[in-house]
Formats: sequence, C-alpha cells, structure tokens
Amino acid sequence: MKLPEVSRRSFLKWSAVVGAGAAIGGASMAKGGLKVLEGTAEAAGTPVPDKVVWQQCTVNCGGYSCALKLHVKDDVIIRVDTDQEDRPGFPAMRACQRGRATRQFVYSPDRLKQPMKRVGKRGEGKFEPITWDEAYTLIAENLDRIIKTYGNHAVYNHYASGTDGTTRTSIPRLLNMLGGYLNYYGTYSSACYSWAAPYTYGGTPYNSSDDLVNSRLIVLFANNAGETQPGGGNEFYWQMQAKKAGAKIIVVDPRLSDTAKAIADEWIPIRPTTDNALMDALAYVMITENLHDQAFLDKYCIGFDDEHLPPSAPPKSSYKSYVLGEADGVPKTPEWAEAITGVPRETIVRLAREIALTKPCALIQNLGWQRHAYGEQPVRGLPVLAAMTGNIGVKGGGTGLRDGRKNAPSPSIPAGTNPVKASIPVFMWTEAIVRGTELTAKDGLRGVDRLESNIKFIWNYGGNTLINQHSDTRDTHRILQDESLCEFIVVHDVMMTPSARYADVLLPDATSYERLHLGRGSTNVMGDRYYLGVPAITPLFDVKTNYEVCAGVAEKLGIGDKFTEGKTWEDWCREAIAAVVAKNPGFPTWEQLLKDPIVRGTEVEPIIGLASFVADPEKNPLSTPSGKIEIYSEQLAELAAQRGNADELPPIPKYIPSWEGPQDPLREKYPIQLVGHHVKRRVHSTHDNNPWLEEVEPQMITLNELDAAERGIKDGDMVRVWNDRGEIHVRCRVSKAIMPGVADLPQGAWYTPNGSGVDVRGCINTVTKYHPTPGAKGNPQHTNLVQVAKL
Amino acid sequence: MQYGFFIDAKYCVGCKTCQIACKDRSDLAVGQLFRKVNNYEDGGWVKRGEAWISNVTSYWLSISCNHCANPACVKACPTGAMYKRTEDGLVLHNAADCVGCQSCVWACPYDAPQYNPEVGKVHKCDGCIDRVQAGLRPVCVDACPYQLIDFGDIAELRAKHEGTAHVKGLADPNRTTPSLLVNPPTGAISSPIGGNRK
Repeated sequence: MKLPEVSRRSFLKWSAVVGAGAAIGGASMAKGGLKVLEGTAEAAGTPVPDKVVWQQCTVNCGGYSCALKLHVKDDVIIRVDTDQEDRPGFPAMRACQRGRATRQFVYSPDRLKQPMKRVGKRGEGKFEPITWDEAYTLIAENLDRIIKTYGNHAVYNHYASGTDGTTRTSIPRLLNMLGGYLNYYGTYSSACYSWAAPYTYGGTPYNSSDDLVNSRLIVLFANNAGETQPGGGNEFYWQMQAKKAGAKIIVVDPRLSDTAKAIADEWIPIRPTTDNALMDALAYVMITENLHDQAFLDKYCIGFDDEHLPPSAPPKSSYKSYVLGEADGVPKTPEWAEAITGVPRETIVRLAREIALTKPCALIQNLGWQRHAYGEQPVRGLPVLAAMTGNIGVKGGGTGLRDGRKNAPSPSIPAGTNPVKASIPVFMWTEAIVRGTELTAKDGLRGVDRLESNIKFIWNYGGNTLINQHSDTRDTHRILQDESLCEFIVVHDVMMTPSARYADVLLPDATSYERLHLGRGSTNVMGDRYYLGVPAITPLFDVKTNYEVCAGVAEKLGIGDKFTEGKTWEDWCREAIAAVVAKNPGFPTWEQLLKDPIVRGTEVEPIIGLASFVADPEKNPLSTPSGKIEIYSEQLAELAAQRGNADELPPIPKYIPSWEGPQDPLREKYPIQLVGHHVKRRVHSTHDNNPWLEEVEPQMITLNELDAAERGIKDGDMVRVWNDRGEIHVRCRVSKAIMPGVADLPQGAWYTPNGSGVDVRGCINTVTKYHPTPGAKGNPQHTNLVQVAKL
Repeated sequence: MQYGFFIDAKYCVGCKTCQIACKDRSDLAVGQLFRKVNNYEDGGWVKRGEAWISNVTSYWLSISCNHCANPACVKACPTGAMYKRTEDGLVLHNAADCVGCQSCVWACPYDAPQYNPEVGKVHKCDGCIDRVQAGLRPVCVDACPYQLIDFGDIAELRAKHEGTAHVKGLADPNRTTPSLLVNPPTGAISSPIGGNRK
C-alpha cells in the first residue's frame, strides 16, 4: 500500500516525548530506554503534564466505560492513568491492560492519515490520496446514483463496534434523510442469545452481578469475564467478591480460562458444541434422583413434563420426556453425555447433585457457547436447570441467562426515523450482497416480504467485519472483490485494518481521545457511568470525525443545513446531555460534567430478575404467550414448521449434534475442534497491532500437550492449521490448560494472507464456515474442525 | 526500613495491567519488562474411553524487582552501579557506572534487571520512588483493577497480609531473601521451581 507522507505535524516531536510510542518505528525505542537510564533511579521523575484530561476507553469489550486519565504535555499524551475512587459497592473504573496501552494505539504507525481512493483492484490495498472535498463528492455521487438506480434497500450501514458512543448516530441521521437504509438485527457477539432467550422468558431477565455475593454456588458456562472485561467494576470483580464471601465457583469451559485460573474451585473441561448434552444429563440425574423442584416447575413453567404441555404440543414432547428418552428411546444418561462431551460420568452425577442441593445457586452463561452451529440451544437450556432447581427470582440465584448490570441513561443525537422497514440478520450481509432479493422470512428477513435490491452500497464506520470478523475470509474476499455485486464501499476508521483494504473511499477517523465523546449508558458499570470525554490532544494527521464526514456528504447532496441544523458537534452533545438531564432529575449538567465527567452510581441493591413474577405469577405474567417460563415454546414449533427445519429448531432445548462438532464424520480428516476465544490482549480486532499488547500475549494457537506430542510439536513451533476452507501459519503454545482434541486460536487477529493465500497472522475466520444458525441466523464461529501439523 | 511488594496471587486473573502500566510509566520498549506476569501450569490428563480426566492447575504470578535483603545483583555487579539504598532498602541502579556486563541479569533469580540492547546498559524497577516520595503508590499498585498488589514497609505488609515467598514457579527465597509476600493460589506453596513457567 502506498501511504502519503504526513505533513501536518511532526513525527519527531511525538517520538521525543512519547518515547516507546511506535510513531516512527524502532528508532523511538532507544529514546524510551534512554530516558529511564539518564534519570537513574534516584533522580527519576515522571514528566510533569501540562494538563490531565478525563477520557473513556471506547473499545467494545462489553464493559465499555473504563475511565482513562490522560496526561498531556505539549499536545502529546505522555501517560495513561485511571480512576482511583473506590466506594462501597462501586469500585473505581480502573482501566485494563488495553486502556493502559492507549498511547500505542493513538500513535500507531498504522493510523490512517488522509482521505484516499482506491486505484487497484478492490481488496488489493492500493490507494492514492485525495482531498476531503473529492471524498465527499465521490461518496455523494455514488450514494445518489445507487439510491436512484436500485432504491434505498441497496444502501447498508454496516455493523461495527470498533468505536461507540453518540458519534455512531451520524450515519443513520444522514441516510434517513435520503430515504433510509437496509437495517440489520442482532450482533456478531450475541445473535443467538438475544434471539433465543425471549422464547423462554419473553425477554432476557437477569440478576445483577453484585448479587453474586449472595450465592453459595456459582457455575459459569462459557463465561470468561476476567479475560473479556478485565477492567475494574465489571463482572469479574463481583465473581471475585463472591469467592471471597465463600461461594464455591465451578467453571465449565473447553479452556482453563484465566477466569477459571483465578477463581474456580473446579474446572470442568467440555468439548465445544456439546454443552446441551451435559445439561440434559444433569437434568437426567436430577429427575431420576428426584432432586428437582417440581412445585416451582408446576407453578411457573410450561413444558417441563407432559402434564404441562400446551394443547398444540404432541405427546411425549416435553423436556422430561426427551431427557428420559420416552420419545426417541435414548435416555440422556451421564454415560450418554460422557461419550459426547468428554466429561466423566461421575463428574456429571456429582455436579447435578451439587447444583440441585446447594441453595442459592447461580447458573450463569455468557456468549461463547451461543456462537456455534446450534447456538440457540444452550441459551434456552440453562434456564431449564435454573427452573428445575427453583433458583429463579431469588437472591443469589438467577435466571440461567447472563448476569447483568444496572441501567443508566444514554445520550444520543436525533437520528430521525428510517423509512426502510426491512432488516436482515446481522451475519447475512454477504448473502444480501449476492442474493438479497431472493431472501425471505425463512432466511430471517424482517419487515418486508422481499428486498427491492441486493446490497450495492456499504458504509463501514469503525469496523473490521468487512473481512476480518466475518466467516470464511476466502469467500468474503471473492464477494467483495466483485465490483458488479456491491458497487461502492466507504470505510471510515482509525487504522489501516484488513477491512479498510476493501474501501473504494478510505477516510481517516479521529480516535475518541481527539474528539468530544459522549459515553453510552446502556451497559453501565453497576450504576457508574462515564459520560463526557473532552479532546485530550489536537487530532493527528488530516482526520475528520464521523459527524464532519456526514455533514460534508450532506452538503454535496444539498441537504447540509438540514443535516447540521447549523449546529456544531459540541452543540449536539450539549443538547444530548440536556435531554438526559430533563428526563433524569439530578443528572449532572454539561457544566458539571466538564468538572467531573464520571457519573457515580447510587443504586446499591442488586436487581433480582423475575422477582415480581415469582412473587405473583398471575398479577405479573411474563410476556411469553403463556405468561409463564416456556421450556416448551409453541412459537418456536410454529416457526420451525414454517421454515421446515424442526430438527434444527426444536420447541424444547436439546442437544443437536453439530456439523463440524465432535460427532461429525469429518473429524476423521480434521480431528481438532478449533475455538476462538476473546483474548485479553485485544477487543475483537482492536489493538491487534498494539506492540505492548502483542508482548502481553502473542497471537498463537494453543494445543493440548498430548495433541502436540502426537504431532511432534514443541512449545513455540510454527504450525500449519487448515481445513477445506483455508490455511493459517501461526506459532503454537503447548499447554495443559485446554482439553485434548480442542485447539484455541483467539479471534480478532488481522487477516494477513501471503502470496499463496495462507493467513500468516492467525485470523480464525480463514477456516470458519459461513453457515448461519437455524433460528437467529447467527454466526457459528466456534464450530470448526481443522488439522494441525508442524510447519 | 525495607520496602517490598505484596501480591495477592490467589485471585490474579493474569490481565497484565500492572505490566502495561509499568511500561507506560517507564517508557519501556517491547522486550523490556520491569514487572512481568508469568503463568505456571501443573498436572496432566488421562483418557478413559471418551472421557477426559485431569488434575491441571494453573495460576499467574506478577513479579518485579523484589528489592531483596541480600540482592544477588548487587553482589554480582563489578562496578557498584547496582546498589541497595540503606534508608528504604530499594535496590537501585546507577546508569553512569553501568558497563553493561549483565552480571546482574544472570545473577538475579527473578529476571528483574533488564538489559537494554539499544544503549548497552541495564535498567530496572525502582519501586516508583518518584511517586512514592510524592506520596503516591507505585503505578502497578494503582493499576491493578482488583487491587491485588500492595507496596510498603515489608514488615508492615507481613503484619497486614497472609503470605509467603515459597511459591512454585519462583526461586527459592533463601537465595536472596526477597522483600516479597505472596498470597499463594491453592496448591502453589511448595518446593522451588517445578512445573512449567510460561
């Protein structure tokens, strides 16, 4: 790629002050080392900053909101500090390793520096500089042409989570003024979870994380908060408090995760995609030993046993009938589950008794297990155990879904209303490029019967899903490269990501530390919410914010005044905060936020999900059709009948042997199940190019020592990882901390194909399949069979 | 008075925020780690039919310079560049006298002195003395999201916290008498050096 020389600010100035910042590559490293030496210990001193600016880490870890206290000298960030105000029930929002490594992000050599347009074939990564005016014109002309030619269904505002906050609202605001755009539903993180859980509960009720201290037993399934959200104040903090308060913690996971290392009393390794088999066998033990809470099931649930089935359900279709094998002749015994899951039968029996007999018990799932071929099933499976043990609606128990947080108000700028009602499942955008007009409700299309057009225009802001985070990189590349399919792609980002290579127009964005930033209040940290980040430094290079870009494009389309209403970004932010204040008396005003931008929580009592329903189910019914907890869902039965996939979308949660799971005959050829956990050194793909974080945890595939020995692989060897979809060359970590037969290649590494199309960085999507799940049409990223060999 | 560190390794999730905050404070290049967080693994796997039975244990240890009572690095240093301060027991390093021979690097059982190839000299953790003198805590202490690191007079730390320096994965404390107190993860107290450090 040809990148232009940067003229606006001097690299030398940064490197002198930033030290180890990689702004000019290796040359600055010596300075970093020297400064410490020159000081010698006794004379050492941290440089005195000109100012200290509060900002917010905006990467999408799900924690969202750790406070960064940026020390600035001569318009350069010289140190990163964090919040230290601990209060009872509200720990300070201490930034994690990723937030602490912010300087290596802001001053990264990979930053996009000026607007460019594509000159080579799409995806080749060849660009030449253009002016911002030329960029606006190109976007406006193509947007106008594509809407006139194909209609507004052809315009897609791409899913992305690389940056968040109010800035994201600008694109919908602009596109809505132009007649709207094709929407999506679900996320790459939680498609099956948010789709399936409401079939059981009518929503996603939860106990808040601070309630964990009331539990005596906590069983975590696919839950790894210590690595995914290590920042202060999040779920792991409360898991630790629960452990200190005497709770026993059991972790079910194919990996001995860092969370398990820190707090688990017991680790139960399990083969990926088989969690439902474990749950079914746990239920079998409880039922056959009469350990379950029949009274709770009778009063609050539909479909646990045949006596409580809805009228439309066929006989022997209850969960209990399934578990006892009354319909299929296969009792779901611990022996049955052992063969599938790899969990010893005696462990299953012991776990079932422990869960049934320890009160209160919190059964908690997180999102890892719903990102597999039948990801809808575990989401609905664990609530059955929560109901069978009567732990729902009580302190220290839970709904069997995720634990959660207390809500805080969220500022936003008005986006208007989207005149286009159509939406597609988030994972299916490549399919909507190729055969959008053929999609129907069976494919999960919502709002319309048919799309008027395939996707022809993509606006990708702050996202790496265009190739990196989407399944099957080889096929995604094929689709994107074909300019006759999607005709125009705008990428606006901070870094030269693999997705940015597919831009027709490539625009440099400001980091959130260089612009006015309003935090998002929807997923707050236990009532604490960090709201206002003022720019810490002058924006580097020739970057523009998303609001500026949308305003520039609006101007070219003749709706500049309508878009901006004559307001600056700061005006919009002030109004957004004023609107929050108007609805929430006591919320700090703009002026107060400038002085102290952290909104501290006051809500001390934990949320107990479904407490009112359990207290009085007649008066407080759930919003399910029956008003009860639906272990059997008529709605799902009807949907599966319409879609014609009843085997894959049963009305009760079941173990369904997965394609590319442990029971797939393909395992003869590709014997290793590959998962891609969310690694602590990155958030999805953000920070993959951060050298300090690469040092924290280099991108490697982890293989069990027995599998490694069988292949003659030693710790640190280069290996090839492959299946029919692609090949990866990456270093291997040989470990005891993963189940034999399972390998782990952390998701998010930047797709880096060499001349032969082999990925040499370790992007798991090189070998993952594009195969939407049957219900949510979600992404099955943890479902991969591969072979591994020494290179 | 002798300064030292307390590490509550029992709950350490291995996030390495301490390591990064230390790098940020000291402007350390990749390869230079004053504080580092190592993983320790032990145990194994047995297959019985389709079932896997294991007794694997693993934990993290965040270790920097332990400002030892008998620092091997000071003994090994031929020029006196590495020295122990009498008033607070901090082991410090004078760059002007350092000839870059790396005797200290080889002598230290905790990998504390870091050889910097860019300048041909050694540098190391100084207990954030500028911060401590200003009434602040070392940056690693402030950084830990779960407040698992403490710093201060080691006698006071020993009175305040449960702990030991006899931890699997760390050197035998009898060698240098580190000013270190570790609340060990379950199963971690034992003879020195065993299992695999990673």
